[in-house]
Amino acid sequence: MLKTRIIGVIIIKNGWVVQSINFRKFLPVGQLNIVVEYFNQWGIDEIVILDIDATREGRSPNFDMIKSASSFSQTPLSVGGGIKSIKDMESLLRAGADKLVINTQLINNISLIEEGSHLFGNQCMVASIDAIKVGNSYEVFNAYQDCANLTVEKLAIDCENQGAGEIFLNSVDRDGMKLGLDIRLGQIVRDSLSIPLILCGGVGKSSDLVEGVRNGFDAVAAANFFHFTEMSVIAAKEFILRSGCNIRFDSFATYSGANFDKFLDRPTRLSEVDLEKLRFEYIPEEFI
Amino acid sequence: MTKKIAIIDYGMGNLGSVQMAFRQLGVDLSIYDNIENLSNADAFILPGVGAFPQAILNLKKYEIFEFLNEQVIEKKKPILGICLGMQLMANQSLEQGITEGFGWIDGIVTPIEPTEVLHVPHVGWNNLVIKKDDDIFNNIDDGAHFFFDQSYKFEVSNKKNILGICEYGKNIVSVLRKKHIFGTQFHPEKSQRNGLKMLRNYLKFVENHNE
Repeated sequence: MLKTRIIGVIIIKNGWVVQSINFRKFLPVGQLNIVVEYFNQWGIDEIVILDIDATREGRSPNFDMIKSASSFSQTPLSVGGGIKSIKDMESLLRAGADKLVINTQLINNISLIEEGSHLFGNQCMVASIDAIKVGNSYEVFNAYQDCANLTVEKLAIDCENQGAGEIFLNSVDRDGMKLGLDIRLGQIVRDSLSIPLILCGGVGKSSDLVEGVRNGFDAVAAANFFHFTEMSVIAAKEFILRSGCNIRFDSFATYSGANFDKFLDRPTRLSEVDLEKLRFEYIPEEFI
Repeated sequence: MTKKIAIIDYGMGNLGSVQMAFRQLGVDLSIYDNIENLSNADAFILPGVGAFPQAILNLKKYEIFEFLNEQVIEKKKPILGICLGMQLMANQSLEQGITEGFGWIDGIVTPIEPTEVLHVPHVGWNNLVIKKDDDIFNNIDDGAHFFFDQSYKFEVSNKKNILGICEYGKNIVSVLRKKHIFGTQFHPEKSQRNGLKMLRNYLKFVENHNE
């Protein structure tokens, strides 16, 4: 049975991984390769790398950066930021990307999706839409184009018709706010689609991911949430699994014996007795 | 490795990812797009991310189509097709019209029909159901997770060729084999440890293959 995916998003600014808040403020995290390596080892289901400077600086994606990062990932890698042509797409796939994320060009040149899906198949094309709440509806947000009155549902349907294989939907209002996913936004868009939807923006604790999984989204994504916590993906997946959700849990370590605190859904410290028991446990490395 | 395995570059596919995965296993495979270099190989990997007609067009443009037929069918060199690379082994595909494939494995490639609850593409981690025991599954459990990303499925005519399936509304052929020809619908290069195990098993098969 197909599992709901838990996706880790990595935002790149000035060549560094950052946390993003409302698309306006940024906190430095560290090097891309290290984040990718950890996410992969911790058993994330997919990684999305978004270079948020490329379009603003009018340059192509940083192919060398992706080539280097992809060597640390045996999990699917979607890459976005600065993709403007078929040539960019080819170079990214060659550098180790598995899927291509298109955002600004959805407004400027949506036919890029059609051209890309014709060559690389629609499973390769991810349309990334940033949503901003205006009154009771959701409009498309783009830093470089005026998208007033363009609703998110309308653009999502256009993307599907052009041959997009997935929609990556991010909420600008929730970005970095730890308020939980905007479930209503996700539902509105999903109801008009037959392709999978990835819902992102606002995850502050594991139960926020659970809410997304329970509401039946194909995939839920988070960025800031997975940083600065050791084995964050494993802890989150353990929590989600215990909530009775159907996800993949294949990692080398588990938190099966841990308790979780009620406020932040984080594993609590083990008792002295349990820590003592762990001291001499030998866990052999699996050889492939 | 004493045998040489080449990754076939026909202008499509996540070649870098496949090469990286083998590097994790300590094996450096070369990527070639011309038949001079490819003909020195003892076995092949045919990756694929893309659309069927374009893939066949490119294989013919690079003069790899006829070459591979000869290498795989007459010279009996092993080959592993991944995702689209597996589907290319069919008689024909209905993706964007009708296109003839290699025809090594009898069957046709047809679209997966979306339903209210099942979205297409079929993308994500699904459980592999092993139908027939095989060395390609060494150290891999029945029900192990693998990463799929497909809008089309390979309907294989002869059940004997089907080693593994997954369930997505209907059964989807996930691993197939006909003698020295292997195919996986999922992406072993992107399926973390389970995927690396399967690639290791293919390397072992190639190492022991004498024909």
